Amino acid sequence: MLELKNVSAGYGTFQALFDVSLEVRAGEAVAVIGPNGAGKTSLLRVISKVIDLNGGQISMEGVALNDVPAHRIIELGIAHVPEHRRLFPRLTVEENLKMGGFIADARAHFEERLAYVYELFPRMKERRHQLAGTMSGGEQQMCAIGRGLMSGPKLLLLDEPSAGLAPVIVQQVFDLVRRIRQEGYTVLIVEQNIQQVLKVVDRAYLLEVGQIKMSGSSQELLENDDVRRAYIGL
Amino acid sequence: MTVATVFKAVGLLAILAFPALGFSDYVLHIAISILLWGYIYTGWSVMGRFGLVSLGHGAFMGIGAYVVTMLWNHAGITPWIGIPVAVIVSMAVGFMIGFPCFRFRITGHYFALVTLALSEVVRLLIVALRDYTGGSLGVTPVSVISADNPSSFLAMQFSDKVSWFYIVVAVWVIGLLIWRAVDRSMIRYAMEAVSQEEDAAASVGVHVTRTKLIVTMISAAMTAVGGAIYGQYQLYINPETTSGIAISLQIVFAAIAGGMFVQLGPTVGAVITLLLTETLRQTVGHDVHGLDVMIYGAMLVLFIIYMPRGVVGRLIDAFERRSETPGTPGQARPQPGE
Repeated sequence: MLELKNVSAGYGTFQALFDVSLEVRAGEAVAVIGPNGAGKTSLLRVISKVIDLNGGQISMEGVALNDVPAHRIIELGIAHVPEHRRLFPRLTVEENLKMGGFIADARAHFEERLAYVYELFPRMKERRHQLAGTMSGGEQQMCAIGRGLMSGPKLLLLDEPSAGLAPVIVQQVFDLVRRIRQEGYTVLIVEQNIQQVLKVVDRAYLLEVGQIKMSGSSQELLENDDVRRAYIGL
Repeated sequence: MTVATVFKAVGLLAILAFPALGFSDYVLHIAISILLWGYIYTGWSVMGRFGLVSLGHGAFMGIGAYVVTMLWNHAGITPWIGIPVAVIVSMAVGFMIGFPCFRFRITGHYFALVTLALSEVVRLLIVALRDYTGGSLGVTPVSVISADNPSSFLAMQFSDKVSWFYIVVAVWVIGLLIWRAVDRSMIRYAMEAVSQEEDAAASVGVHVTRTKLIVTMISAAMTAVGGAIYGQYQLYINPETTSGIAISLQIVFAAIAGGMFVQLGPTVGAVITLLLTETLRQTVGHDVHGLDVMIYGAMLVLFIIYMPRGVVGRLIDAFERRSETPGTPGQARPQPGE
């Protein structure tokens, strides 16, 4: 479904990604794990074209994304749930969800998808008139995922959904991710919380200083000695 | 809703009946000024409310006033054609300044500084082209009216204040309708999203650059019309009163003082600032030269510090807080761009 070939990208003269190749197949959940500053967020940002590609190719279902501007990415079925949620803090929950369905194709389905998101996350229905910025971190994450679903995407990019959340809430967020998987969405998730995320996904890539160092099934990575020593602390 | 409609109808009727009350020309002049500036401030707030703080709207006003007058004086083209030309020119300038800013993500204070420069560029250009524009001495649209012939529709020159009053009321109402149309469109949501989280807005499919350009060009066009009407009404324009930093800041202060997030906020800003300047000018301005301007400046600073959402915004807040029942939190209202 999503394919990256030798992708390089960065900010100005700083290069964040070197020759990254990875693939996400339809129906899969794939994680990109790695330490702080490895380029995980940059990877998702380049897929959604918020930052430009310096080299390589990205394609979604055979369509090259290289020349697609950021605001058209969502039309190809890719929804980005950014790091730290990036909700529109002074819009209500419902207005945030409305913005998720901003594109023309999605507006026709607004009511049904809103009902769907509220069914998936009843908490959001309770809070629908609340300003998004005033909710707790976990609720904001729910809202951010809900906003992502409003466009009816095929692929969901989740950027560190557990970042900055209390340990109890982190558990709930991974339950959310599991629910999203069960709903049949293809998911590409970027995480530092390696032990947790490997329990939810099928496969994972290890990203270090902008390069893919290892890949395999989540089981393989969980059992790999280097990964265990460096990231899980066992 | 119906109550609001009744209020609006009564309010508009009261305004329309105002000239019939037989006030002096001075009072009519103040009323015309309030409505005209109220319209210009409304035009500014169309973009200002979304964090696109322009300190350069004097540029668009200057373009409006000078394009129309230059076409009339040098080519004999009626303001009825001149105004649409001025609108197009101002939108083109808005595009030229907006596109690079928005494309390269010049936002917030940096955007404000770019626009500030723009207003000075336009002012200096008017001064530099003194052979055509009269330079800093200003210029008068060639007059075709006289005591025998008090008004000319073609030249858009009217010697009686009542005609101007109704023209300005029409312009003002159109401005409010444009404000409301933007307020109720998807552009508003898109712009609020952009002003709060630009990348996230792009990721949900908002064409950030284009949306900002649309809003900027609407605002520029409205301000240019205001400048043109100002020139036709005063029958005298000069670079200082239509363009440059002073006028640009006056527009910003008044719109913020009144409340840029509410439809009538900028108009209330015009009422406050004009009544304030007039009162101060007449009371203390004669005795101590410059004191009126100082007090005016100090009051504006206080307004901005203590009522960042403007007088009208503050009143609505107070009203909503009182009528709020537990469990139904008040409707979202954006704060000025951070």
